[in-house]
Amino acid sequence: MSEATAPDTPNPWRRRALLLVPLVVAGGAGLGFYAMLRGLGTGSYDPRGVPSALIGKAPPDFSLPPLEGADRPGLSAADLHGQGRPVLVNFFASWCVPCVIEHPQMMRLSRAGVPVFGVAYKDKPQDSLGFLQRHGNPYARLGVDLPGRVAIDWGLYGVPETYLIDKSGVIRWRWAGPVTEDTLTQDLEPLLRRYA
Amino acid sequence: MIPELGHFALALALALSLAQAVFGLWGAQRAEPRLMAATAPLAIGTLIATGTAFACLMWSFAVNDTTVSAVVQNSHSAKPMLYKLTGTWGNHEGSMVLWVLILALCGGAVAGFGRKLPSTLQARVLAVLALVAVGFLAFILGTSDPFLRVWPPPMDGQGLNPILQDPGLAFHPPLLYLGYVGFSVTFAFAIAALIEGRVDAAWGRWVRPWALAAWSFLTLGIALGSWWAYYELGWGGYWFWDPVENASLLPWLAGCALLHSAIVVEKREALKTWTVFLALLAFGLSLLGTFLVRSGVLNSVHAFANDPARGVFILFLLMVYVGGGFALFAWRAAAMAPTGVFAPLSREGALVLNNLLLCSIAAVVLVGTLYPMFADLILKQKISVGPPFFNSATLPLVVPLIGAMALGPVLPWKRARLWPALQRLWWAALGALAALLLCLALEGQRIGPALGFAAAAWLILGAAADIADRIALFSRPRAALARARGLPRAAWGGAIAHAGLGVMMLGLAGMGLATDRLALLQPGQSASLAGYDYRLDNVQDVAGPNFSARRATVTVTRNGRDVVVLTPERRSFPVGRMTTTEAAIHTTWLSDLYVVLGDERDGGAVLRIHHNPLAPWIWFGAAIMALGGGISLSDRRIRVSAPAAKLARGEVTA
Repeated sequence: MSEATAPDTPNPWRRRALLLVPLVVAGGAGLGFYAMLRGLGTGSYDPRGVPSALIGKAPPDFSLPPLEGADRPGLSAADLHGQGRPVLVNFFASWCVPCVIEHPQMMRLSRAGVPVFGVAYKDKPQDSLGFLQRHGNPYARLGVDLPGRVAIDWGLYGVPETYLIDKSGVIRWRWAGPVTEDTLTQDLEPLLRRYA
Repeated sequence: MIPELGHFALALALALSLAQAVFGLWGAQRAEPRLMAATAPLAIGTLIATGTAFACLMWSFAVNDTTVSAVVQNSHSAKPMLYKLTGTWGNHEGSMVLWVLILALCGGAVAGFGRKLPSTLQARVLAVLALVAVGFLAFILGTSDPFLRVWPPPMDGQGLNPILQDPGLAFHPPLLYLGYVGFSVTFAFAIAALIEGRVDAAWGRWVRPWALAAWSFLTLGIALGSWWAYYELGWGGYWFWDPVENASLLPWLAGCALLHSAIVVEKREALKTWTVFLALLAFGLSLLGTFLVRSGVLNSVHAFANDPARGVFILFLLMVYVGGGFALFAWRAAAMAPTGVFAPLSREGALVLNNLLLCSIAAVVLVGTLYPMFADLILKQKISVGPPFFNSATLPLVVPLIGAMALGPVLPWKRARLWPALQRLWWAALGALAALLLCLALEGQRIGPALGFAAAAWLILGAAADIADRIALFSRPRAALARARGLPRAAWGGAIAHAGLGVMMLGLAGMGLATDRLALLQPGQSASLAGYDYRLDNVQDVAGPNFSARRATVTVTRNGRDVVVLTPERRSFPVGRMTTTEAAIHTTWLSDLYVVLGDERDGGAVLRIHHNPLAPWIWFGAAIMALGGGISLSDRRIRVSAPAAKLARGEVTA
């Protein structure tokens, strides 16, 4: 190709450098994607994790009535600290299918002595009661949030959703979606040990 | 037995592709005619083998063979036959087989239609296509075997996501893949050109139809997906700037730039380096989309179920093809200097502007799509980039793009003067101004829709002015019809595609004026919106083939006269444990009356009512754009693709 000497041809080295740009950009993006894939494996990168504005803060003030017939006290903001150990707040509903998947893990935590507090979200009291009778009741305290007002203050994404509150009453962790066995062993149990 | 046959066919395709790649590259390098001649039959062989594999997979879905894992996870005996068949590509494994099948079709087409290509060029193009096929076949066989058996077989499948049981979505992936994979051919041509170190008019003439075909299919595919979202998801929206939607828009933008710059290569032998770059970019962005959707790095409603091992494999393929392409580009592209010189104000100049603007839009979309992911990775921050960013960042680029779209085609090549061009367009400009003022007068201070209507008028009238000018409709009207017949189809296609975007703009502007309301109605009560009254008659239970539903009957009246009875539904699918909303839509072409059934409480039902002016024109416009692409594709010069034909026939339009 001999016609490379057009009058306005820029400096050939500049041109060469410019032609390298796509490769460099693609390479950089490739490294980034690789780091993301690695992070997916180790859990440090999670596109589905939904951040909560409440992490590092005290939960909003609230007070919920108990569930009639469940034989557990109601739940209010004051109950979330002064337990001497971290507590879990679990929003659930009888109409939510993932809650059924999650329930055995809540039962396991409860049997291990972790205080698990429940909030029945937009659920008719008799349905919540039936749900707990069928699947067991892991909740040390249980509040009824029929209108979903408290859930709005917490910034609930959907049910089920679980919060970890440390000894001093600060929210440390939020999990939107069911707590599966993997979540339990990989995320929740290390956190419980760390904040114990 | 049949699944094993399919599995064997895939492995055979891999072996044939490998041979095709080696023979093509080696033969072209050594100028060995026998090796090069073997590539075309090998491409046909690969096509037959992948076609067989795909047919075997489809057969497994059709007979609901529950020993095949992909069938168990994605199908169910109670599903209608159409969705059993389309379910073949409704999942990760099957869609990859479809991907490779379309790639093999492209290879077969190059082998079949490319006999007039220089033999080294054809051999290299086929070899590069085969290299791409080798990577993806290895990916399928290694990480996502569609024919994996399960034993003992379960009683029945686990069903397909009911949202996906829809004709619009069933044919969305094949069209989209025809677009994505079509760009593999332009990519192969670009790699072959870089290896040979030469790009000329004949190369441009070869690349353009492929870019055009891929772009037209991609247009249809994206439009179908958007239409599906509009009627099925029940939000009344049509484009959400979701990362996966963006992933399909990116190759579309790059492909659109490519098919325009290929014109400059073909006619004027300029912009060579740039065109090669766009050809690499268009396919690179297609692969990027594949990676984003299937690797799990994105959070999107569209994403497939993922597995990081697959992600690493696709990333490896992405890096080999795109990184390899760009490395070759950095090494070889400096050799390709332009021969054609042109003034800034000329047809070439307008096409350069088009390219710059399209690529800037692509850059904005790319950054907006990837930024949240990289911010999460590097800054550990969750950021979401949503429609407000995309709308406001692309608007200042779209406005000049549309301005230049009507102007470009009326400019002559090499050197132009602005004034004569503007004289040809004065009535289009007048129409645009009238549309702008009319919208402002009728709808108040709504600058977005007003700009949209102005853009629509400018594009449609501009395309009409272009055609009128070419056939001398006003200066010599008597022979205009004859001239219209003699006008190359490429000129017609271009004008129609530009007008198609105008029609789409009409729809977008209309949707800017959409209104909606939420109403809790007891049976017998009604709510009114935009001059229509919606009366809820009743809500009933109905049973479908594999779902049960609540169906509302809503009678729509206007000034006391019945217009239509709408029946929105809420369906629940017991197998997938999912509920979907079926919006009821009545289109008058001037607007869509769109009703969604929401929750029922206290004996009444919540209805969400939308009034969407001009909504159908969005997708109608996209179909016109694709039609323009098709007409341009049927141009005799492209079909014959002989460089000499152009000189012999004496070009009028250029």
